[in-house]
Amino acid sequence: MGRADKQSRDAGIEVEGLVRRFKEVEAVAGIDISIPPGEIYGFLGPNGAGKSTTVHMLTTLLPPSAGRATVAGFDIVRQGPQVRATIGAALQEAALDPFLTGREHLRLGASLHGIRGERRKSLIARLLDRVGLTLAGDRKVRTYSGGMKRRLDLALALIHDPSILFLDEPTTGLDPQSRSALWEEVGRLARDEGVTVFLTTQYLEEADVLADRVGIIDHGRIVAEGTPAQLKAEIGKATVEVVPEQPGELEQLRALMRRFGEETAARPGAYAVQLNGKGDLPGVIRALDTEDVRAAEINLHQPTLDDVFLAKTGRSLEGAGE
Amino acid sequence: MRALGYQIGLIARRSLIRTARQPGTWIPPLTFPLMLMVVNSNGLRAATHLPGFPTKSFLAFFIPFSFLQGALFASGIAGTDLARDVDTGFLNRLALTPVRGAALLIGQIGGAVGLGSFQALVYLAIALLAGVHIAAGAGGALLILVLAVLVATGFGTLGLFIALKTGSGEGVQSTFPLLFFLLLISSMNLPRNLIEVGWFRVLATLNPVSYMIEAIRSLVLVGWDAQALALGFGFTLALIGISLLLAARQLRIRMART
Repeated sequence: MGRADKQSRDAGIEVEGLVRRFKEVEAVAGIDISIPPGEIYGFLGPNGAGKSTTVHMLTTLLPPSAGRATVAGFDIVRQGPQVRATIGAALQEAALDPFLTGREHLRLGASLHGIRGERRKSLIARLLDRVGLTLAGDRKVRTYSGGMKRRLDLALALIHDPSILFLDEPTTGLDPQSRSALWEEVGRLARDEGVTVFLTTQYLEEADVLADRVGIIDHGRIVAEGTPAQLKAEIGKATVEVVPEQPGELEQLRALMRRFGEETAARPGAYAVQLNGKGDLPGVIRALDTEDVRAAEINLHQPTLDDVFLAKTGRSLEGAGE
Repeated sequence: MRALGYQIGLIARRSLIRTARQPGTWIPPLTFPLMLMVVNSNGLRAATHLPGFPTKSFLAFFIPFSFLQGALFASGIAGTDLARDVDTGFLNRLALTPVRGAALLIGQIGGAVGLGSFQALVYLAIALLAGVHIAAGAGGALLILVLAVLVATGFGTLGLFIALKTGSGEGVQSTFPLLFFLLLISSMNLPRNLIEVGWFRVLATLNPVSYMIEAIRSLVLVGWDAQALALGFGFTLALIGISLLLAARQLRIRMART
């Protein structure tokens, strides 16, 4: 392992006051991020929040207007070629040539990275196998499904064995099966190969399932950062929502449930409280039984990252970018 | 230098494969000039009776125009393909590799050069089969092919500049009528000294395309005319040089990697 290679494996991503302006618009308004090697960092935010602009700066495709950042220990402005040599990137929308085959894409990518001969041949076969495209490797990309294109995109990002991987909304538009296959592969890369993953997404579930830590960005600023559990814990306890079988019992239900927590928003015909620690779901059920209030429906709602986003920005992530 | 050559080869190979796999983009550019050649060489045959017209065969007079027209179409292919790369993000994918800008530009016109070479061979073969005599002989025929490929390279590079400037296939297509207009106001149908409309003769004289056509025409009709060849090759090399400079500048803006 060479010095540069060791440096890239030992360092993650450090960002200080990174800014990018497009004329009057400040797309990224001074963000600070520190990602240790081997971590999966989920960058969560609505459309237009500044996620892709951040990725373009960190992958050296867009010079920042201010601030500094190092990726794998290399400065993104002064050491662009070194950064590019140590990162892999699958940017938004699989950037593929519809008239080339999957194998030809990998061949071109490997060759441009200086990988040739038998090594290239075996690497291509291994990557095609890893992303499940061995049988489709000699088909033109225009015949691929969205999921197959995304998997090829991932294989291309891995062609030169990068230590840091940038995935910009990698599962947008994918069916649940393809999405979960991609999650599995990304998780395996971080777990088994120690690859640092910077993943942007607008899917809460994706960040929740995959990321070790999450940064939530809105209007170019990071509004919250931590592990998904930490962020959700900041919001508070779970919510219990009850729909009485008889609508006339709603007042009785309200009086009963106030003992367990603060009233919170509920659907019409239902009553909900955020648990205050004095009781739990079994306690609510016992109280309903004791006071003979029959429930048509009882829901326990754990805090989600959307609740975190709502608490930090006053808006729900769903449709926040519209 | 060797690494640059290798990268150019890789990008050019991709460009050729992509062009070859899109018959819809290269069959019309190949056949349309042939159709125009057939129509004009019959319809305008009477022009050969004009006093001072340099040949009795309008086909021999007109054939150089087909090479230019084919090259112009080839420029559209190179430009449209690059614009698609910009639009789909493929250019960003390439920018993340160690590929050099020069390799990207030179390799990217591989498809246009390949198509231009194929077209030139087809047009020359058809002209010979139709009885056109190349006054400059076999060496002249070879030089015609070289100049045709250079012209395709020049217009192809211009197509790349337009693609990088506009970033869209529509942008490239919208400039095509302007370039076609350059062909129409050249000496394609008549020698400049026989054009009687004053403003047209002035425009044809100022138009570099006239000299590219006349260089090829001189090899077909006259033999080795040093002045015509110098002007034809000179303007073609100038077109390549200027287009390459403009495209390289635009590439640096478009591919603003650090």
